[in-house]
Amino acid sequence: MPDQLIFAIEVFLNGLMAGVLYALVALGFVLIYKASGIFNYAQGVLALFAALTLVGIMEGQVPFSHLINAVFGTEIHNFGFHVPALLAIALTMVVMVVLAWLVNTLIFRHLVNQEPIILFMATIGLAYFLEGFGDIMWGADIKKLDVGLPQGINGFIDQITLDALGYGFFIDNLDLVATAVAALLVTALVIFAQYTRQGRAMRAVADDHQAALSVGISLNFIWVMVWSLAGFVALVAGIMWGTKSGVQFSLSLIALKALPVLMLGGFTSIPGAIVGGLIIGVGEKMFEFLIGPLVGGATENWFAYVLALLFLVFRPQGLFGEKIIERV
Amino acid sequence: MFYREAGDFKTSYVDDGQTFPIRFDRYRYYAVLVVAFAVVPFVINDYWVNSIFLPFLIYAIAAIGLNILTGYCGQVSLGTGGFMAVGAYACYKFMTGVDIWIGGEQYALPPINIFFSVILAGIVTAFVGMLFGLPSLRIKGFYLAVATLAAQFFLVWLFNKWEWSFNYSASGQINAPERGVFGVAVTGPNTHAWAAYLFCLVFLTILAIMARNLTRGSMGRKWMAIRDMDIAAEIIGVNPLRAKLSAFAVSSFYIGIAGALFFAVYLGAAEVGEAFGISKSFLVLFMVIVGGLGSVFGSFAGAAFLVLLPVLLKNVLVSGLGWPTDLAAHLEIMIVGGLIVTFLILEPHGLAQLWRVIKEKLRLWPFPH
Repeated sequence: MPDQLIFAIEVFLNGLMAGVLYALVALGFVLIYKASGIFNYAQGVLALFAALTLVGIMEGQVPFSHLINAVFGTEIHNFGFHVPALLAIALTMVVMVVLAWLVNTLIFRHLVNQEPIILFMATIGLAYFLEGFGDIMWGADIKKLDVGLPQGINGFIDQITLDALGYGFFIDNLDLVATAVAALLVTALVIFAQYTRQGRAMRAVADDHQAALSVGISLNFIWVMVWSLAGFVALVAGIMWGTKSGVQFSLSLIALKALPVLMLGGFTSIPGAIVGGLIIGVGEKMFEFLIGPLVGGATENWFAYVLALLFLVFRPQGLFGEKIIERV
Repeated sequence: MFYREAGDFKTSYVDDGQTFPIRFDRYRYYAVLVVAFAVVPFVINDYWVNSIFLPFLIYAIAAIGLNILTGYCGQVSLGTGGFMAVGAYACYKFMTGVDIWIGGEQYALPPINIFFSVILAGIVTAFVGMLFGLPSLRIKGFYLAVATLAAQFFLVWLFNKWEWSFNYSASGQINAPERGVFGVAVTGPNTHAWAAYLFCLVFLTILAIMARNLTRGSMGRKWMAIRDMDIAAEIIGVNPLRAKLSAFAVSSFYIGIAGALFFAVYLGAAEVGEAFGISKSFLVLFMVIVGGLGSVFGSFAGAAFLVLLPVLLKNVLVSGLGWPTDLAAHLEIMIVGGLIVTFLILEPHGLAQLWRVIKEKLRLWPFPH
């Protein structure tokens, strides 16, 4: 096989893996949008916050130490113990549930019945707030996150492709784990939504708030649950991205990358988020590989958006979105 | 007592259709103009101009522009930063003389006066805006908001890579050379604070009056019809293509001018990713929302609020309490975020609505029944 083709296949595979990571973030968006009609811009920051909290708990950092030191002139940083990864993840999940409850009680309960744009702006406000809050709570320096996930080149695939094609493919172990986790997560979410009591209640709320209310479903509970679920997805995404590129501010920007994924897949579709993620991941990597060198590179910054834009012109509701019916 | 229509008789159609029908409003408006043009330039210094007045004036222009698109026509845009970049780079090219290469030969236009450069930059941006506005005919709501992100990221990337746009400078930056109006420098390092202030103020005043009248006229009514329900608007005879594209064009014209002024007068030198990134888009959108959608006054109020807030917080936290600057910066975005949420909960229609409520109360004051 010619070298170019082999490279292209490798780029394609890496694109698929990157797409899975995008899809992980997009999933959180879809969950909240379906259940409450809120377009949650804060999802990326939620992932950052989750990752920061996880690292903070694992390292035994004192929360707000920077602030306390500045105000009281003390010098405290660490409690001096380390928490094992699994326990830390559980504790972080508790924090995310509390956060979900706070977000619902303090913000979105007061914004029921407002226009979608107002809700969207509120989530941007929330994103700003959480970004500052996370930094004040745990410090703004870049942190390493290691919960024991395998990292580095996968020797098995490398060896097989080397034998078969004479060129070893570089596939990161972490990406493989992410793929498995994403598959698991989606399956779990679908089972939850289809077969459990709470899941059905969630779908009822998504369908019609008032009808759901009238058959005795607690909107508040469902909303807190949905935000907690989104927090959980954010935690998973935060762990994956944090392990891959360190826990830092740029983590919150992956939310922006998830937006075109959503547009392609449709805001309301869980499979759409996955397929959209894969298309975007593969598309941008292939475009950068084939066309990028001709126009000066760094096309990954915008390709996903332009692709989504062109796609939407022909299919405004996305791949799997509900058909838009307009009436006067 | 003072704020009422009663006793203020209109005897001609011109009187009846004027911008501020209430006498008190009108006098207040004249007073603001007099203070802005005749008092402020004599008392301000560099610090006030650079940290408060210039950002306020320029962001107010951008906010009016975005308000026309989002508040009046209902098309949410997150591409403001990108369109500002178009304005800045177009202004830079016009200022330094546009060079065109045809068949290996270079033809260069002479540099154009800064005033006209800024206006031309606005016109160029209007065309770019219309181009990116085309999908709005098919895509609606949040899908459109995300689609405008394509404009944001693509344009920023373009001005990073396209060497012609920054005159092949090695650093990839654009630097505003010294240019003046009537022999008074308004760009470059030797600019006096008052000159820069007045230059921006003239633009803001003209554009604000234009916006106010556009939105009161038939064009503005068409935009609002599209905003309220586009299919219904189409049925009563509003051409959606024209209405939407004209909103994109006018809005981008304003935003382009804001971008040109932001680069040429305020910054002096700009690097596209840093000066016109996605955070600019959000900032201007915040201004529009906090100020009030569909209100020219709201754009002013929102711009003033979001320009003053960080200055105030910085002064209180860093100078007042002596906290480290990074901590203050974090606290600042936390407070900005918190305030925005609080605002949305307490007054989703923004500062402009607050002002409207006050006016209603003032009409009856001091006899509320």
